[in-house]
Amino acid sequence: MNSPTPLPPIKRIDPSRAPKVVDPRHDTLGAADAIAAAVAPGSSNRVERMRIDDLSIAYGTKPAVRNVTLPVREGEVLALIGPSGCGKTTLLRSLNRLTELTDTAVATGSITLNGDDIHALEATDLRRRVSMVFQQPNPFPMSIFDNVAYAIREQAARRPSKSALAPLVREALEDAGLWDEVGDNLDHPALRLSGGQQQRLCIARALASKPEVLLMDEPCSALDPKSTEIIEELITRLREKVAIVIVTHNLQQAHRVGDNVAFMYLGELVEYGTVEQVFNAPRAERTQNYVGGVFG
Amino acid sequence: MSTSTQPKVVHRRGKDTVKSWPLPDRIAYFSCWAVGIGLCLVAAGLILFMLNKGLQYVSLDLIFSNPAVGSDQSQTGGFLAPLLGTVILTLVGTIIAIPLGVATAIWIVEYGRPTRLARAVESGIEVVAGTPSIVLGIFGLLLFSNGIFSFMSFRALGGAVAGRSFLTAGAMMSLIALPLIFTSTREALQQVPAQVREASYALGKTKWSTIRKVLIPTARPGILTGTALGMGRIAGDTAIVVILLGATMQIEKVGSAPIVSTLRGTGSTLTSYVYNNSPAGEGNAPQKAYAAAFVLLLLVLALNFGIDILSRRSKKEIV
Ligand SMILES: Nc1ncnc2c1ncn2[C@@H]1O[C@H](COP(=O)(O)OP(=O)(O)O)[C@@H](O)[C@H]1O
Ligand SMILES: [Mg+2]
Repeated sequence: MNSPTPLPPIKRIDPSRAPKVVDPRHDTLGAADAIAAAVAPGSSNRVERMRIDDLSIAYGTKPAVRNVTLPVREGEVLALIGPSGCGKTTLLRSLNRLTELTDTAVATGSITLNGDDIHALEATDLRRRVSMVFQQPNPFPMSIFDNVAYAIREQAARRPSKSALAPLVREALEDAGLWDEVGDNLDHPALRLSGGQQQRLCIARALASKPEVLLMDEPCSALDPKSTEIIEELITRLREKVAIVIVTHNLQQAHRVGDNVAFMYLGELVEYGTVEQVFNAPRAERTQNYVGGVFG
Repeated sequence: MSTSTQPKVVHRRGKDTVKSWPLPDRIAYFSCWAVGIGLCLVAAGLILFMLNKGLQYVSLDLIFSNPAVGSDQSQTGGFLAPLLGTVILTLVGTIIAIPLGVATAIWIVEYGRPTRLARAVESGIEVVAGTPSIVLGIFGLLLFSNGIFSFMSFRALGGAVAGRSFLTAGAMMSLIALPLIFTSTREALQQVPAQVREASYALGKTKWSTIRKVLIPTARPGILTGTALGMGRIAGDTAIVVILLGATMQIEKVGSAPIVSTLRGTGSTLTSYVYNNSPAGEGNAPQKAYAAAFVLLLLVLALNFGIDILSRRSKKEIV
């Protein structure tokens, strides 16, 4: 080891080595200002559900997310894209404070839900309002009904009966487009469903608590093309009910389901804009290099 | 398919028989084979012997009558009391062991903190698992003869605490079952993928409700398997019975409270009955010993079978 000095804390990274929003050396198109304007509050007339403001997250001394500012708006699908390891999952998991389950994770900056600091909320309450679907389908080893009902049970002071839960379970399964396939077999173990059905069950489970924001971390990467298509249609339909943030490394998918796209690179937000703008007229050179050529 | 390559394959396969192996391999192969067959024969012989002797001597009369004092075998009655004793003692031991074993496994797997204490507890359980039951028995007698434990047994005529009862024996028996229940619960919990826990937290569940509603039901088949093994070990133990249960011929109640009187009292089990009636003990009624041993074997087999069905059923609900 040549340098005995420890890695600097995230907030004081040498600007020439780890630049802020956009690396000036690559900012040939004057992207920084345009993106700063795009992520600023009031840049859209839709209601803002969540706001990520100057968020940095590090695992120990290793930064994973650097000074990211992003809005999450009602009625929109925000697609987070970027190469593997650029901090998409970390950013997503910070929105419902799942990063807190990792001991080494340290965060600075602020995240709000409808204007309230999410750290002022109970984590359990926050996670019902900002629910999550993971990369691998992870249904519980119990019946289909219990998987969905589990999300709603205990929320009420008194334990709701099965018959009181049934309409809510049905509604969630319908929202997830799974009711027609499993409606007659609610007692079957969830693990006997196909991978695509399991993932839709996980979506139903996440929708059961009627969240305001739905987080999806590469929800189709473990699925076949047919299931992927079904879930993409579902996302497009759900947009009206719940604000969606979806992480994907599949650019075509981001193009198909996204309304807004955020491109991350090495933990930074490089580009943010509407799906047409980011794919057709990227402002930053690194975005051009990343999305360039994908659509012929 | 081309036939020209066929003979070659057949030829090569034909060469790879035991006959073509080098001599040391062949010797090793045949010794392993012989040992395997030998063990099977021993097991089969044991079961046939038990069946033969058991069926020869067992009768409903023996099962449903209590032991009695008598000068020859025709007057000494049956083994209803020891049979009940085995059931009671196994239940007491298991009822104590399940919550302890399951709770400890949950703490180790789900919390594991403080790390050193968790390690110490795990090694402690390993030590208990390796302790001969007669050591547990004698330690238990010492412990439960203390005045503060008089509620678990009774005071003898001189006022000394006897330390012998279904409760004290059951408490020590629970230590035999506990490591088995602990280990299989721990293994079952460790097999639950981390993603499942994360999914539960992501739905806004606390750690405790995740444990209660997701992890314990998932681990249930494992818990049941450990319980079956533990119950089998309790039902089969003799040392603790002889030292801590008293091995009295009948169930001797203490006081008049319905269940407590039995639990605080002494009795015997099928194992102590077998021992006492075998040529090794004083009863010298080998035929009754064979019959009781046979019933004990059936009991343990039935237990394993029952638990197997239960565990399979709860597995079916899961996958
Ligand atoms: N639990 C963790 N502990 C330490 N480092 C982590 C952990 N999770 C992710 N990282 C690191 O943080 C960076 C960002 O990871 P991640 O958010 O998973 O990226 P992405 O989802 O874009 O692939 C990576 O360098 C990764 O190695
Ligand atoms: Mg990821």
